Amino acid sequence: MPSKLKGLVTGLALGASLFAQPAVSADRELLNTSYDIARELFAAYNVHFSEYWEEQTGETLDISQSHAGSSKQAQAIIQGLKADVATFNQVTDIDILHTRGGLIPENWAERLPNNSSPYYSTMAFLVRKGNPKNIRNWDDLIKDDVALVMPNPKTSGNGRYSYLAALGYAQDRFGDDQEKIDSFLQDFLSHVKVFDSGGRGATTTFIEREIGDVLLTFESEVLNLADRYDNGEYEVVTPKVSFLAEFPVTWIDEYVKQNKTEDLAKAYLEHLYTEDAQRLLAGFNYRVHNETVKQETADRFPEVKLLPIDVIAGSWENATKEHFASGGKLDQLQRRR
Amino acid sequence: MHSSHSSRHRRVGDSPAIKWLLIGTALAVAIGLLIVPLLVIFFEALGAGWGTLADNLLDQYTLHAIGLTLFVAALTVPLNLVFGTALAWLVTRFRFPGRKLLITLIDIPFAVSPVVAGLLYLLLYGRNGWVGGWLVDYDVQLMFSWPGIVMVTVFVTCPFVARELIPLMQQQGSEEEEAGVVLGASGWRIFRTITLPNIKWALIYGVVLTNARAVGEFGAVSVVSGNIRGQTNTLPLHVELLYQDYNIVGAFASASLLAGIAVFTLAVKGFVEWRQTHTLNRLQTEETA
Repeated sequence: MPSKLKGLVTGLALGASLFAQPAVSADRELLNTSYDIARELFAAYNVHFSEYWEEQTGETLDISQSHAGSSKQAQAIIQGLKADVATFNQVTDIDILHTRGGLIPENWAERLPNNSSPYYSTMAFLVRKGNPKNIRNWDDLIKDDVALVMPNPKTSGNGRYSYLAALGYAQDRFGDDQEKIDSFLQDFLSHVKVFDSGGRGATTTFIEREIGDVLLTFESEVLNLADRYDNGEYEVVTPKVSFLAEFPVTWIDEYVKQNKTEDLAKAYLEHLYTEDAQRLLAGFNYRVHNETVKQETADRFPEVKLLPIDVIAGSWENATKEHFASGGKLDQLQRRR
Repeated sequence: MHSSHSSRHRRVGDSPAIKWLLIGTALAVAIGLLIVPLLVIFFEALGAGWGTLADNLLDQYTLHAIGLTLFVAALTVPLNLVFGTALAWLVTRFRFPGRKLLITLIDIPFAVSPVVAGLLYLLLYGRNGWVGGWLVDYDVQLMFSWPGIVMVTVFVTCPFVARELIPLMQQQGSEEEEAGVVLGASGWRIFRTITLPNIKWALIYGVVLTNARAVGEFGAVSVVSGNIRGQTNTLPLHVELLYQDYNIVGAFASASLLAGIAVFTLAVKGFVEWRQTHTLNRLQTEETA
C-alpha cells in the first residue's frame, strides 16, 4: 500500500509539473491575451516575431496565447491572469485595466503610434449571392423587405460598433437634424430580425440558419467569411461611411515587471508596426497604417470615410452613458417602435 | 365501473392507438434529441476521414488538453471519493445538531450554476479577492492555472459520491456495524470489512458520475482557466476554441472524444446500476427472510 501510494503521489507530481509548465522549453516566455477570433492571426504573428527576436538576440521564445471575449479577458487580467500583453478589439476593455485594475498607466494609448492601435477595421455588410436586395449603403438597410442580423449592442462590442456606424452615417447625412437621425436609427433597429449575443453567434444565424439578408459585423470578419465560401455564395459590401474600429494593444506594466518581460513585451507590440508584420495583418483582412502595404492591398479595402468615436459620440465613456446604458438612447429607440 | 367487471381489465389509456402514440412520441423524442445529435458528433468528426481525425487529435494543443483534462479528473475523483464517503458516513451513522442542514448543504453545487461557482472562486481567490490578495504576497497563484481548475471541478462534482451513498447507507442501517463494535472491531476494520463491501457498487456509481462530470465541466472551468492554449485549456474549452476558429472538423474531433468518454461512462453506469439493484434485492430478501 505505501509503495503504491508513493507511486501515485510521484505520478501526480509528475503530471502536475507537466501541466504547470508550457509544452516547449525556450529561453523566455510571453503570454498574449487576446479576443476570441484572433487565434490564427496571432499564431502566425508569433512565429514571425519569434524568428525576428531570435535573429536579433539569439533567444528562443515560447509565446502563449489566451483567447476569449475581450471583456472577459480584461476581467481575468484584473483578477490575476498574469498576461504580459493585451491585444483587444475594444478600447474600453483596455481602459478598465487602468481604471479598475490599476495595472497600466492612464496614458497607455499614447505609448504606441496610432492610439496604440497597430491595425484597424470597420463595419461592413455580408449579403447573399448576387446581392438580391441591392444593398450598397446604410440607407439600403431600411428598405421595406430587408432583414438584418447583428450582435446585440448591449452585450457585444461588435454590435455596439455597428450601432455607432449607423449613427455616424446618419450624422454625416442629416447633420444637426437630431429628429431625422433618431428616426433613421429607429428604422434601422426595427429591421434587425435577430440580435445575437456575440459576433460568432450572429455569423451562425446568418450562414447556418440562413436568416436575414444582411449580416453586420467587422469588415475583417466579413472578408474572412467571403473567402471561406469562395464560390460566391456571399458578397461583401463596404458602405461609403463607417466607424473606425480600433484594435488597441498594451503591455501590462504590473505583470511585465513581475515576469521580467518588459523589453520583450514592448518589442512584441512595436514590431506589429513594421512593414512585414503589417503585411501579415493585412493578410488576415485588417486595415493597416503602413503606406506600402496599404497600396498593395488597396483593391481589397475600398476607400471609406471612417469616423472615429470622438466625432460620433465624443468619447467611449460618453457613448456608453448616452447610448448603451440602461434607459439610454438604444433602449428609448427600441421602445418607441 | 363496469369495465372492472369484464375479464380483461382495461383503463382509459390502454387503447392500442394511445399506447402506440405514446411509444412513438417517446421514441421520436429520444431519437431526435439524444441519438441523432450523438451520431452527428461522430459523423462530423469522421467527415474528412480517419486521417484528418487522427491529425486533429494528435495536434500538440489537443493532446495537452486531453492530458490536462485527465489530470484534473485524476485529482478530483480520489478527493471526492474520500470526501463523499466520509460525509455519507458522518450523516448516516451519527446524530448531531445541524445534521439535516449539512445534508442540504451537500446539494449546493447542484443548485448553483457552474458559472456562478467559478465566479465565486474567482472573487475569493483572484488577485483582488479576500484570500487571493493575501496569496499574491506569497507569490501563490491558484486562479488561471491548474490548481484553480481542480478547485472548481472538485466543487462542482463533490455531491455525486455522497448523494449516491446516503440513501443506501440509511436503508442499510447500522446493525451490522454495531455488531462489529460489540465484537470489539476497530473503527477502520468495521469500515473495511462491513461498510465498504456493502456500499461498493453505489460508491463505484458515484465515482463514475464524478468522473464524467469532471471531464466534461465547462462553465466553472471556463471562468477560472484563463484559456491559455497549451497550459490551462481543458478539452471542453478546447472544443469551443476550435469552434470559434471555424475549425469545425477539429472541434468535432475533440467533441467526439468527450462523447466517447460519455458513452463509455454510460456503459459502466449501466453495469453498476444492474449490480446495485442486485445488492438491494439481496438486502430486501434478507430482511423479509
